[in-house]
Amino acid sequence: MIRDFFRVMVVNLTTGRTNIENIPGRDEFLGGSGLAARLFQKYGFVDRDWDDPEQPLIFAIGPLTGYFPLMSKTCCAFRSPYHNQYTESYAGGKSALSLRFADLDALVIVGKAERLTALCVGSRRVETRDVEYLRGFDALQTGRVLRKIFPGSGRRSIMRIGPAGENLSAYACINVDTFRHFGRMGGGTAMGVKNLKAICILGDRGFALPEGKAYPKLYKHIYEQLTTTEMMAKYHGLGTAVNINPLNALQSLPWKNLQQTSSPDAVKISGETFADDTLLRNAACAGCPVGCIHVGFVREQFQTNNQYLYRQVGYDYEPIFSCGGMLEVTDASEVLRILDVIEKEGLDCMSAGVALAWATEALEKGVITEKETLEPLKWGDSETYMRAVEHLGRPENDFYRLLAQGTMKCARVYGGEDFACVLGQEMAGYATGEVFFVAEGLGFRHSHLDAGGYAYDQKHDEKDVDKALGFLLKDGRERIVLNCMVGCMFSRGVYKEDLLAEALTSVGYGELNGSLDDIGKRVQRMRWRLRLQMGYRPDEAKIPKRYTEITTWKGPVDVEYMEALRRAYAASILEMGADPEEES
Amino acid sequence: MKALRAARMERCIGCHSCSLACARQVHKVLSWNKAGIRISSSGGLTTGFEARVCLACRPAPCAAACPTGSLSQRRDGGVIQKKDLCIRCGQCAEACPVDAIFLDHQVNPYVCIHCGQCVAYCPHDCLEMVELPRASAKEEESDD
Ligand code: SF4
Ligand code: SF4
Ligand code: SF4
Repeated sequence: MIRDFFRVMVVNLTTGRTNIENIPGRDEFLGGSGLAARLFQKYGFVDRDWDDPEQPLIFAIGPLTGYFPLMSKTCCAFRSPYHNQYTESYAGGKSALSLRFADLDALVIVGKAERLTALCVGSRRVETRDVEYLRGFDALQTGRVLRKIFPGSGRRSIMRIGPAGENLSAYACINVDTFRHFGRMGGGTAMGVKNLKAICILGDRGFALPEGKAYPKLYKHIYEQLTTTEMMAKYHGLGTAVNINPLNALQSLPWKNLQQTSSPDAVKISGETFADDTLLRNAACAGCPVGCIHVGFVREQFQTNNQYLYRQVGYDYEPIFSCGGMLEVTDASEVLRILDVIEKEGLDCMSAGVALAWATEALEKGVITEKETLEPLKWGDSETYMRAVEHLGRPENDFYRLLAQGTMKCARVYGGEDFACVLGQEMAGYATGEVFFVAEGLGFRHSHLDAGGYAYDQKHDEKDVDKALGFLLKDGRERIVLNCMVGCMFSRGVYKEDLLAEALTSVGYGELNGSLDDIGKRVQRMRWRLRLQMGYRPDEAKIPKRYTEITTWKGPVDVEYMEALRRAYAASILEMGADPEEES
Repeated sequence: MKALRAARMERCIGCHSCSLACARQVHKVLSWNKAGIRISSSGGLTTGFEARVCLACRPAPCAAACPTGSLSQRRDGGVIQKKDLCIRCGQCAEACPVDAIFLDHQVNPYVCIHCGQCVAYCPHDCLEMVELPRASAKEEESDD
């Protein structure tokens, strides 16, 4: 099943044609992140903008997807509407196993449909449907309709966008199977610009397994490690929301647009509070026994005389930070209600929350007025924020149209750049200090998952630029290997390089053992090269003033140290992305 | 004689570990369909999950429908599968009242044989093996 080449389906929405292509390079790119970058090199254009119909939207899985637990994610790559450069985003749900069982290492979508379209692919199926009637439908309604029009309950994945993606907000997400998302960098917009409302992937095949006892034995061993040791307890128990209290205690919780790094009210939206008051149940990505998806519920009275409705809303640490703490909304149910609207509009919740936090402060400071915001945005006022989210998803004025393109883009026009919490894109929830700010500000995906800078900050108070830089580069590379496998990042404590090598051997692909580190390096370079070719200037990346004004457990942020690390990291990125000819 | 029961599906997180385990260990394939147990949402993930799995009927309509004896009645309920006798007519899947038999595109039937191998792989203890009431000789006589 794991082949030397990659089996890739290329769907052209302009011509309606589909090709199956065999692309060599397993030993060079492994899969996932590496495969996606390779496919972008082949099908993408560095000299055309993100919204050129020919730019590809790529979904790629890894060599062990489906074979082992937590090899359950998909890498989605595209030229981002956010910064017009190459980027990727990761999500699970049933997307990865559906691609595996559709016998595809990757799905590439090029071209643009004439009208709003849904695409269904499987091992023996390619079909497009005109779904113009779904225009303006929210992501949840869209899912409901698609479940009716495409077959395969229980063995398919349904990815779709909401109004924000259709309206080309730069941070529209792709909703995957209700509770998961390709969240960051505007994957939903990359679909929207293709007139592609939804993709259904049918996982309708099965495959022979390697002979012998090694594979089932190793599977059992890994499964036990993941389910019976303490390693994954955090993700299963309170979920990532468990981070609220400790980060608050460490003065590292972004609060009120990062005016504060802690608050006595944080406990009201802690993982513990969410679990006690709102948690309905857990859910999992297909192929993952951990089940870190936490589904909360809100109930709302919609009429007098005890008429209630209820909704189920997934939550995690990041959504709580961005739509709770950043907006000073300190009631768990109210946070979920805002998230529910974001979900429907199909926006990235971190970007949406941080954007509205900036808008609130800008309004408070008189940088903008209610003429722009249309709503009297006020810290903690969830009802107003819910309406503002709808303005973001379906912008009615220039202000929201611009804010939906990115907080910094909006601040450049209206003012207030100093307090825009943007590190490449709207920040993730770690006000841990210098290393994280540089890591996210300059990182490849501008994501907290590029490298564990946030963890480094929490453990190190010395200010050693070389050491911090060394950490970012090495940790980044190790994560890239797991991103090529497209394993869940939460499993990185279990899937060390040795175990990955053993796993590859057990399914008959031991040839790659020993070269994983090289592949990590190669993919790291290749991804940076793509970014640089599309105009990325890490040496010009700025860290906004707000980040120099905060205090963490280490004391006030050390601007000099941060600047030195920023320059060093930028230089390394330029070096890593240099043309191969210029190396040596 | 024991049978598999999806007894606590309200706890299910939809991880498919059970069906993957069955496919891997019982049917020797990598699949989430080619298995005796298959998981699907009961209509979108907000509605929770259900398991399509053999109910261990006695008499089993699938066995009664099978023209070749590839599926035969287990004493206390459920079926015994002899794959080499199967002619892939698909009658068994049609006869199953709860859609518990999966036919792949070559009409190979996959049905639960109540071996219990999936149980250990469910992280939420949704599945269990239960003792079936015995089909006594006497009971069989009083069938008519
Ligand atoms: S498909 Fe095979 S097992 Fe099913 S009824 Fe036909 S012969 Fe029997
Ligand atoms: S009891 Fe055995 S045959 Fe039945 S579903 Fe579980 S693993 Fe498969
Ligand atoms: S292993 Fe358990 S929790 Fe996972 S899908 Fe099967 S029944 Fe549900």
